[in-house]
This record gives sequence, C-alpha cells and structure tokens, in this order.
Amino acid sequence: MAIRVQEEDFDVGAEIAALTRGRTEIGGVAVFIGLVRDFIEDGDAKAAAEIHGMTLEHYPGMTEKMLTRIEEEANRRWPIHASLIVHRVGRLDPGDNIVLVVCAAAHREDALQACSFLIDWLKTKAPFWKSEQTAQGEKWVKAKESDDALAARWEDG
Amino acid sequence: MKLLYFAWLRTRIGRGEEDIEPPPEVATVADLLAWLAARGAGYAEALARPDLVRVAVNQEFAGPDTLVHAGDEIALFPPVTGG
Repeated sequence: MAIRVQEEDFDVGAEIAALTRGRTEIGGVAVFIGLVRDFIEDGDAKAAAEIHGMTLEHYPGMTEKMLTRIEEEANRRWPIHASLIVHRVGRLDPGDNIVLVVCAAAHREDALQACSFLIDWLKTKAPFWKSEQTAQGEKWVKAKESDDALAARWEDG
Repeated sequence: MKLLYFAWLRTRIGRGEEDIEPPPEVATVADLLAWLAARGAGYAEALARPDLVRVAVNQEFAGPDTLVHAGDEIALFPPVTGG
C-alpha cells in the first residue's frame, strides 16, 4: 500500500513494474489513469470552452490522511496484494497525467473492483480542487452529482 | 484556532489561512460559519451558499453540530474535485 501527492509526472510502466516485482502471487493488475481533458463538459458550455490548462490545489495533511484511509478501506473489502495511488498537484497542461490508481490481486475481479472503488472514493472524499484555464478566464471546477452517485455505490459494502 | 481556506473560498476571503479567536458563544461549526460571515464582505460572499461549503475540523470532515475548540485546525472548502 502506498500513496503519493506530487508535482512531478509519473511513469505508469515503471510504477506498475515496481509494484509487482517479485510478487508472483499477483495474477491481475487493474489501472486507472486520469488525464487533463482539453474541453469543458459543463451543460451549455459544452464544446464552447477549450481548456488551456489546469491547476490542482489540495489540503496537505488531510489529503494524505484521506488517501491512506481510502486505500485501507479497499484492502479491507478486497483481497488485494498491492496498491498505489499517485495524485499530481500544481499546474498541468491538456494531456498531462493527473492521477494513477493501481490495484493488484490474485484475480482480476478483485483488482478491477478495488481500483474502481479507489478512484470513485478519491473523487468525492480526498481534498483536491481543480481550477481550469479557458479563453474566458480561470474557473473553479464544480463537483458533479454523478461522481457522488458513483461513490455512493460502494457505501454499504 | 487556525482557519484554512481552499479553492474559491480562499480567493473570495482573500487569504489561505489565519489565526482567529472567536468569542466563547461560538461552540459549533454552524456558530463559527455564522460568526465568520459577519466579519466582512469577502467572508459573507464566500459563505453565502452554505450547501457549497465543506468543513474539516482537525482534518476530519465535520457537520454543522461538530464542536470547535481553541487550538483546532478548521478548514473551509468547496466540494472536492480531484481525480
């Protein structure tokens, strides 16, 4: 289990290799990678606004605490052998990596479900905020109800 | 009591953190938000939509009835948008 919050980019291949090296009990690895999109999906503004960049802010201290707790919860619910969350902060450009979630288990279904759970809970519980740069100026991203609904799927597990 | 502000709460209030000493009648998160909103235009604007303000007391999510104490670290921020 590991979590990291960093400004630097991450190398997905190297991260997975480090996580699984020598761990021959692992039979499946599920990965989610979040990237910076270049358009806004916000109701009427759809396709109207291009995103030139993004700045990610977080609450140092609480972020690490929440990510650790979410990861512990995933380990409680599924028999996962290794997991990793890396989340970037600071200024990012379209196409840049934002977040990496990796879950490794003996079987694919545990890895896939734990990975899905981790990103769903991260999106609604970890204190990060995105601000997008568009031609119309800088705009804080609004939280989506659809993200709350996805996170709620896992509430009573 | 140390207050931290993030995202648009920070930009509207005009600072990221401050040390404050609210009066003794400020016992809960709800009391604190009401007291803060009366401190000035930036605070009033930032706190005008309570449904969009989340609060953490000592880095744990808190509700309106959560008690606040001298020495606490209290963060105010909008719903989170990471990932």
